[in-house]
Order: sequence, then structure tokens, then C-alpha cells
Amino acid sequence: MESVLRLCDITMQFGGVIAVNNLSMEVNKGEIVALIGPNGAGKTTAFNAITGVYEPTNGAIYYKDKLVISNKPRGKMKKLYAGENNGKYHTVMSKTPDKLTKLGMARTFQNIRLFKSMTVFENVLTAKHLRRKSNLFTATFHLNYKEEAKMRAETLELLELVDLLDVKDELATSLPYGKQRKLEIARALATNPELLLLDEPAAGMNPQETEELTEFIRTVREKFDITILLIEHHMNLVMDISDRIYVIDFGKEIAEGTPAEIQSNQKVIDAYLGVAEEDE
Amino acid sequence: MKILSPADKKKNTVCNLIMFAALIAVLIYIDATSLSVDMIVKVLQKGCVYAIVVVSMNLLNGFTGLFSLGQAGFMLIGAYMYSVFSVDNASREMVYSFSGKPVINFQLPIIVAIILAGLAAALFSFLIGLPVLKLKSDYLAIATLGFAEILRTIIQWDKFGRVTNGSFPISQLNTFKARLADTAFAKMSFVIPFFIVAVICIGIITLMIHSTYGRAFKAIRDDEVAAEAMGINLAKHKMISFVTSSFFAGIGGALYAVFVGSTNAAPFTSALTYEILLIVVIGGIGSITGSILASFLYIASQEWWLRGLDSGTFMGITSPIFRNGFRLVVFSVIIMIFVLFFRNGIMGDREFSSLGIYRAIKNLPGKIAGKFKKSKAEVQE
Repeated sequence: MESVLRLCDITMQFGGVIAVNNLSMEVNKGEIVALIGPNGAGKTTAFNAITGVYEPTNGAIYYKDKLVISNKPRGKMKKLYAGENNGKYHTVMSKTPDKLTKLGMARTFQNIRLFKSMTVFENVLTAKHLRRKSNLFTATFHLNYKEEAKMRAETLELLELVDLLDVKDELATSLPYGKQRKLEIARALATNPELLLLDEPAAGMNPQETEELTEFIRTVREKFDITILLIEHHMNLVMDISDRIYVIDFGKEIAEGTPAEIQSNQKVIDAYLGVAEEDE
Repeated sequence: MKILSPADKKKNTVCNLIMFAALIAVLIYIDATSLSVDMIVKVLQKGCVYAIVVVSMNLLNGFTGLFSLGQAGFMLIGAYMYSVFSVDNASREMVYSFSGKPVINFQLPIIVAIILAGLAAALFSFLIGLPVLKLKSDYLAIATLGFAEILRTIIQWDKFGRVTNGSFPISQLNTFKARLADTAFAKMSFVIPFFIVAVICIGIITLMIHSTYGRAFKAIRDDEVAAEAMGINLAKHKMISFVTSSFFAGIGGALYAVFVGSTNAAPFTSALTYEILLIVVIGGIGSITGSILASFLYIASQEWWLRGLDSGTFMGITSPIFRNGFRLVVFSVIIMIFVLFFRNGIMGDREFSSLGIYRAIKNLPGKIAGKFKKSKAEVQE
């Protein structure tokens, strides 16, 4: 199987706190992989390390078998570092979020971040800026009108695929919550990604909206032939669509497997429900 | 942005053409009949200068969301760059008589000097932008304001006297009027050249805002984090916006020098930046037509319409309170009213369209008639 994203021994330490501890995971082409864990387990921190918001303290990340992010304990961390695998990684490499998006990783946000002053159409169109071939001069003097027309046509096509065409001229923020989420995913798709990273896509949704979203994510994978990594709290959604699940607790991976395996894994049940104390 | 139907688009183009033609006719009339000292000429010239700078500041503050206060500094660079290359050959020795032999002793064509002024301002802004654009909101404002003040002081340093004439003004500058005096365009040399430069500059900025780069700027303004996640390189795009804005501020500065006919550093204080920022706010942050409209209204009221408040008679009323300085009192009150009650400015973030005016005029009789009917109906009840 072709690997799309591979995390090797990612450790994220803030001061003395280890938020993510030696996390390794792999996402293969065409899969939907979920990263779950109880509150404060370090899911979002891991997500931020993957998307270039944070620089991991130690470890490496490969995108399509190419090294994109790598770090070793440096500076103050040299003394403070309390994680494992110290000395295993030597290269220092980091990428800003925009570079990662250019490589083909697009993300959404937990608290929806749409461009507020723009319409639905413009929101998606703006994401097309990344793949432009025009430069500042040709764009300013509208010499790239062919490319511009193509961008607009593609945007309309995408909006039709995600079923938002009827609201294309409405202000993005005036949409109902479920549609805003959909639009955010559509905007990410407009950057032509191969890997879609969803940060709690069902946050703040009611059961019915969650169900619709589950269906939507599934159709997105089929229509766009895309790989998806998601963080989520809604177990219904996770168990429904994931091919594989990673469970972390206190920053450490405690289980990995198919939804059925995870559901019956004692460690996972303990992490979520707490360990029953033996009666004396 | 509102999307027009094809029929409306056609109508809009026609309306725009009519308005444009009317504007040109008015300008030609003004140029042919006025003297250079006439108030209307002064107001239109200064209005053009301000319009360019205000729109350039709107590009940065309104469309890219970078709160920069360096506009006066970049105008200063533009004005000096233009002036140094535009002193009249015959009187150069006289102009520089306090500072020693001038280093630059040739004169460039007026358009070349103006473009050079823009490029110089752009270069400076690039250098300043490298460290400064990493800052956010207020910090960016303070840093750019500081740089502008530093520039103003450095340029008056007498060690640079042989180029900048130290703290003495550089006078005897090349102007459109002098340039066109003996040509067929002599009767079009007051206001029209200023308008041509302003239309070109504002046109380029507008085109840029409506391009894919403009959308990227707006994305950065709306949400930096999301913009970056959508693959927009923040450092690069902020720099593009900053340098473009400064380029046109430099051209505005050069045009200001043309307008005044001489240059010194004194008017380019932070107060000028605040004035420009104020016009941006009055016009509406994020509206180009609002900025243009506000520039002309502001200059007209400041220089012309409210003059009477200073000199005794205003709108036919003579009163002892109308004496020196009262104009500024009234002006401040107007500004306060704006800030308190019209926080979005004249235009908000909408654009002014000639089609809109046409519709408003067309619907006006209907509306008045409607009001009459309504009041009649109320009476009958």
C-alpha cells in the first residue's frame, strides 16, 4: 500500500509537559483514518504538528515518503527534553502551513474559519489562488483571463459536487452551521489536495447534522479519490466511516486497529471510562 | 460583491461611459476657463493627490488588513525623489545656494521623475517591510510611524544638503503647466494631467484588487490563519501589498510636489498620515470609490467650502465668531459626527456605481408619488 502520511516518533514537549509522546502512525492512500482519545489526550497538538502550526520537539513526518518535517531537541529543549528517541533524528526541517498545503495537504478548523466578508463562491475561489500560474503583473492587468475563467469554472463545478451551488452568492457566514462546515471542506478541496485533514468536523453538531456529515465525508472520498485523516469526538461518526483508528491517551498511543477491534479493546475502554478499582 | 445580470452589466457599462464622458467634459471646461489660482483648480489638483494616497492606504489597511501608518514617509521619499530630479536647470545654483554645489545637476522628464519617485518609495518600503511586516496590528502601526518620522529627520540632515537641500525647500520645480505651456495642450494643463495620473494609479490598484491577488489580500484580512492554511504565503503577499501601496504613495508624494511647486520635509509629518487615515475611514474602509469621493469632499471642505468660517462670512451670515481657527472647530465636529454615527463611512465596503445612481434618479418620481399616495391614504383613514 502506498503511504501518504507517516509520523515517526513525534514528540511535542512544552516546557516540562509532554503533550504528544513518541507518536508514530501511518495513513495509506485512499484510507479514512481517525485519531481519537479522551479530552486532553494531545489530539489537536498532534494535528497542529502535522499541519505545520507547531514544530515538533523530536521526530519526523513524511508526506508521500518524502521528508517534510523533522526536528531534534534543540536550544533549551536539549536540557529539558524528557521524551524518548533522543539522538535518533538529526535533520532539522520545518514547513509553514502554506507550503504543506501546496504539497497537497489541506485542512479544516475545529472552530470554523471562513473568510467572513466573502460569498460562498469567493471563499472557494480564493483557495484556487494557490495553484495559479500567473504572476503579479499578468494577474493585475488581467492577462490571465483564461486561467481566471478556468478557476471560476472549476469553483462552480466543485460547488455543484458538494451541493452548495444554490447558495453560491450568499455571504459565507450567513449559512447554517452544517453548510458552513461543508463549505470549509469544499474550500479545502479547492486546493486540490491528496490528503484532507479534518479537525473535529462534527464539533457542535446535532445527531442529524452529524449523520449528514458522515455521509458527506464518505461521498467526498469517493468523488475526489482522496485520503482523509480526522480527529473526532463523536464516536458514531468515527466508528461509521473510519478504516482504521488510532487511540491516544496522555500523548501516547494506546491502541490501533479497525473500529471493531478498537471497540473491544480493554485499554481503550479503560482510557475512556476509567479503570475500576478492585474491591477489597 | 453583487453579481449583475448580463442586461444590467450592459446598462452599467453605458452608465459608466456617460459618467466618464461627462467628467471629461467638465474637466476640459474647467481647464479652459479657470486661472491657476482659482479655488476649484487647487481643490481638484489636491484632491487628485490625496485620492491616490488614500486609495493606496486603503489597499493596505482596508483590503489587506495591515494597520500601517507610514504613508507620509513614503510620500516624503516620493516628493524628494521627484524634486531632486526636477529642479529647473537655470535656477539650480540659486535653489541650492545654502547647501553647496548640487550633486544631481540634470533634469528628468516629468513622467520619468514621477515613476522614479514611486520606485524609490517602493524600494524603501521593501527594506522597511522585511523586519516590520512580521509585527501585528498596533505594533506594525507604531513601527511604520517611527520609520516615517526617522526618514523625515534624516532627509533634513545637512550632510545630505547637496542632494536634498537640507532643511531648505527645493523650489523651482518642473510642473505640468510649465511643460505644456507652449504646446497644443496649454489649455488642458491645470487639472487634466493630475486626473490622468490619478486615474492610472487608482485604475491599477483597482485591477489588482479584483485579481486573484486581491482575493488573497482579502483572505489575509479576514482570517490570517485560514489564509495560510489555504496555501497563501503570508510574508510574500503582505510584502506585495505593502510595496504596491508605498509605490503609489510615492507617486502621490511626487504629485504633491508638482502641486505645490516646491518641496520641503515639513508637511510630511505623522499628522498627514492621520489625515489620510481619516479620509480612508470617512470614505469607508474597503471601498475604493468611497476613498475617492471622501478625498475630494474632504479637500473641498477644508480648503474651500468652510473657508468662510475663518474669514467672517459663511453662507451669507456674518458673525464675530467666524474668525481664524473656527473652521477647524466645525471640521472637528463634522469628523466626530462621522465617527460616532457613520462608523462605516460614506460607502461602507460597498462600491459606488453609476447604475445605482441612474436607478435612484429613475425611481425618485415614483417614490415621491408613492409617499404622496400614502399620506393621502392616511388622511382618508
